[in-house]
Amino acid sequence: MEINGTSYERDVPASLLLVHFLRDDLDLTGTHVGCDTGSCGACTVQLGDEAIKSCCMLAVQADGASITTVEGLASDEGELTPLQQSFHEYHALQCGYCTPGMLMSATALLEKNPRPSEHEVKVALQGNICRCTGYWNIIEAVVAVGEKGTR
Amino acid sequence: MLLREVEYARPATVEEAITLLSEHDGARALAGGQTLVNVMKARAASPDVLVDLADLTELRTISFSADQSALEIGAMVTNTMVISSSEVEVARPILAEVAATIADVQIRNRGTVGGNVCVNDPTNHYPPLLAALGATFTIRSTSGERTASAEEFFVGVYVTAVSEGELLTKISVPTRKPGTGDAMAGITLGAHGTYVASAVATVSSEGVRVALGCVSSVPVRAMVMEERLAGGDLSEAAVRAAAEGLAASLDPPSDVHANAEYRGHLAEVSAVRAVLQAAERAKG
Repeated sequence: MEINGTSYERDVPASLLLVHFLRDDLDLTGTHVGCDTGSCGACTVQLGDEAIKSCCMLAVQADGASITTVEGLASDEGELTPLQQSFHEYHALQCGYCTPGMLMSATALLEKNPRPSEHEVKVALQGNICRCTGYWNIIEAVVAVGEKGTR
Repeated sequence: MLLREVEYARPATVEEAITLLSEHDGARALAGGQTLVNVMKARAASPDVLVDLADLTELRTISFSADQSALEIGAMVTNTMVISSSEVEVARPILAEVAATIADVQIRNRGTVGGNVCVNDPTNHYPPLLAALGATFTIRSTSGERTASAEEFFVGVYVTAVSEGELLTKISVPTRKPGTGDAMAGITLGAHGTYVASAVATVSSEGVRVALGCVSSVPVRAMVMEERLAGGDLSEAAVRAAAEGLAASLDPPSDVHANAEYRGHLAEVSAVRAVLQAAERAKG
């Protein structure tokens, strides 16, 4: 499969979850394991252009697919995407555990809908739980990127 | 979470999938995996072979039947596809409206209509919806194809008419005729959470159909209420009167969210709300 533009070929047991393949086999530990039941969204990655929960998918199901993880957002030189920059400016994270999932859900939203309303942002982030920020700063950060017309 | 060891196959054709499912005891079809992967983590299911249906593109289409009387939804169509389908928007928009309230974006992107109905969790959205709309289910096996009505399809908690070696391929939903209104109402845990009680109503020139979710192992038709409304008076007073006694006629389960009596009450309230909204929509 292709992950963040790099091709990987591995033999894995069919029982391996995609999130464990990313974290344990490829050392892409930006994708977090939160609830491990498909509720919290900390493990969200992009499969093609869609946000999905990598704890609810087997690695073998992603054979041949194109995956983007949070490590694939910023440039190799460390330049943040406008969304990441906006999270920084709006203090959209505190402990940071949910942040990779939030970023991946919001990135998928902005690709389809570059200027989302507050309601559309809330709907897009419904599958992502944050226990620190009370969500407001996160929602404001995503809406602000749309208003600036950049991702 | 570590899953129990499992074999995996990703067939390229429906025939190949059916062969795999019929050849292996303990083989299980894997659709979107949004339920199955999680029940495998909990060891509530431990299939020996997963037959991944992901490459069966013929099961990922939404189209019209030859005579245009039904919308044919492939079993591998995701909720996100239902929400954005122009065919659904034209022919039976309630399907998209309900799909948009299932779980969250990520799960809607992976979760399929076929997977949802084959799980037949009594709290799921599609079972009462498809029962109220009078959907037909197409099931294939090595010996051919058969169809089942919603009444025949939903058999029990987590059990459907799809038996070992069989595969649900298609769900046919009658297209909406002019003057038809559909609505789903219910009580959820949180805005888009699991239903505690649900009801779907469809109002047309042929009468009223009401199906309840969460009150039994399968969707339950509110037949007495339907008969009382056959005269066509769908005023609020008439609908409330028609629903009287509905709760008492049910034998719903008790759980941490609602005891049996309260769940029955919620079902009756949901039925009234669904019929009133469907009646309003039937006016156009």
